[in-house]
Amino acid sequence: MNQQTEITADGRQIGGTLMEMKNITLRFGGVEAIKNISFDIREGEIRAIIGPNGAGKSSMLNVISGFYVPQEGEIWFKGARRGPMKPYEVARLGIARTFQNIALFDGMTVLDNIMTGRLNRMRAGFLSQALWWGAAEREEIENRERVERVIDFLEIQNIRKTPVGRLPYGLKKRVELARALAAEPQILLLDEPMAGMNVEEKEDMSRFVLDVNDEFGTTIALIEHDMGVVMDLSDRVVVMDYGRKIGDGTPDEVRNNQEVIDAYLGVAHD
Amino acid sequence: MLYREAGDFKTSYRADGQTFPIRLDRWAYYAAIAVAFLIVPFIINDYWASAVFVPFLIYAIAALGLNILTGYAGQVSLGTGGFMAVGAYAVYKLMTAFPEISIVIHILLAGGITAIVGMLFGLPSLRIKGFYLAVATLAAQFFLVWLFNKVPWFYNYSASGQINAPERTILGFAVSGPAASASTKYLVCLVFAFVLAWVARNLTRGTSGRKWMAIRDMDIAAEIIGVNPLAAKLSAFAVSSFFVGIAGALLFSVYLGAAEVGEAFGINKSFLVLFMIIIGGLGSIFGSFAGAAFMVLMPVLLKNLLVGGFGWPTDLAAHIELMIVGALIVFFLIAEPHGLARLWALTKEKLRLWPFPH
Repeated sequence: MNQQTEITADGRQIGGTLMEMKNITLRFGGVEAIKNISFDIREGEIRAIIGPNGAGKSSMLNVISGFYVPQEGEIWFKGARRGPMKPYEVARLGIARTFQNIALFDGMTVLDNIMTGRLNRMRAGFLSQALWWGAAEREEIENRERVERVIDFLEIQNIRKTPVGRLPYGLKKRVELARALAAEPQILLLDEPMAGMNVEEKEDMSRFVLDVNDEFGTTIALIEHDMGVVMDLSDRVVVMDYGRKIGDGTPDEVRNNQEVIDAYLGVAHD
Repeated sequence: MLYREAGDFKTSYRADGQTFPIRLDRWAYYAAIAVAFLIVPFIINDYWASAVFVPFLIYAIAALGLNILTGYAGQVSLGTGGFMAVGAYAVYKLMTAFPEISIVIHILLAGGITAIVGMLFGLPSLRIKGFYLAVATLAAQFFLVWLFNKVPWFYNYSASGQINAPERTILGFAVSGPAASASTKYLVCLVFAFVLAWVARNLTRGTSGRKWMAIRDMDIAAEIIGVNPLAAKLSAFAVSSFFVGIAGALLFSVYLGAAEVGEAFGINKSFLVLFMIIIGGLGSIFGSFAGAAFMVLMPVLLKNLLVGGFGWPTDLAAHIELMIVGALIVFFLIAEPHGLARLWALTKEKLRLWPFPH
């Protein structure tokens, strides 16, 4: 709350704290997936969460998006404490996400999939929907215009009417990003957006992530394995290992942190 | 050559979102509506009404209802017969209790009552999915039939345990009871089917439909974009049961005239309607009509062919007919698992290019 607005080297604005995780602990039975982790996400930044396999990164994202309720700790969003919430309630707060294994609606077209991103903005009553009269039709057209902007932005105009099930992997990832963007979220959570992509697709995706942040000022929190990508994209990085936070700072600080180097290069745990 | 979309440009999102984006489809649709409303009522006779058109329209409404629940929202139901019985008994109670009120209002109210009952039996869907939900709805089927058999209040304490539709009129024309003419029955069912199909289309193209399909395709992802699974599933059960209830009300009051619950609304009905949507095409409005047409027309057609055409004895023909219908179902499911609606869509896709191969 008390941080000053900063201007980054490339001219983006980073504001105060948007979301803060305080002493989060998450247990599954006797296993502690997340151990007493605190970090914050500032408005307009790209925040990365990295760590080796099983470090608890995805669990952390699931805590933020409401799939898991942590046993201990507090989540603060826009200066207010967030109680335990269902995922759809979290979505309505303005937090959108993508999944590591694509979670699109295979039976629907690309357009319909992206339109679902705007469901929370639809207010038309049931009767209006049933008769397709007044609010329902007006909303449909207004939201279609916004969705078309996202489609233009992500350059997927040509597959608008294609059922998602027929698309190749890389495009599906892009459609999933489009669906999250269509919600015009305050925070966009990306769970391994480049997983399983080739170099060219990774470059495309990186460019989209940067453009989203730059053009819409969307705050982004992402999990990624590709170190090169993370270091290039993010403003600040949280490093996790075995459910603990072992580093937090700018990519340069993290790169030179001895504990992080140990976790990645491997050192005898005693 | 005739059927093509080239040159048929859309310049607004409204035009792009219409139900029949291709001009020829639109014309065919208007033509079919015109024939159904302006020509058929004048040439229809008792045989065609009671053997083909009236049951086709009523089952099309039921299939639309089940398709909303199973095809669009992905919740399997084997309770359709039971929910149709709710519609039938609701309309019977309303008709006998308030004879001065129009039967149209009774039928709509019967749909509303069925919607509430459907929501009640839809509650388990929040916890259980797939086959297990099917078994839970099967419980609804058996419970409802048992209820209407056991509690005499529902059949007004009649000695036979049957319910009989009294004569009711719309604008002076009898629609129920023995005096109702073939064309009135047909027109009443046609208006209901037409309006309900239009409502189903509107609901499925917009917000509600997207919520249902999102729940069907991946419930976790649906939740993450802000769909409340409870509200989405229950609204699907409510809308679906409303349709099914109206179908049940029409089946009893306009078509059958008299009904005994175990016979008219048994488990067979649930399966019949389920077959209709599977053969017609899950998640398709057209498929609901195609499936209903197939299941209603095929037996009539076969009977006419075997008894009338080949002169076989009636009892033999009746058995063979069952076997042929069964074989045809299997054949269609192998040829096109996504139903007649997909077959139709594929044909149209081919037609767009015809006579050129690519």
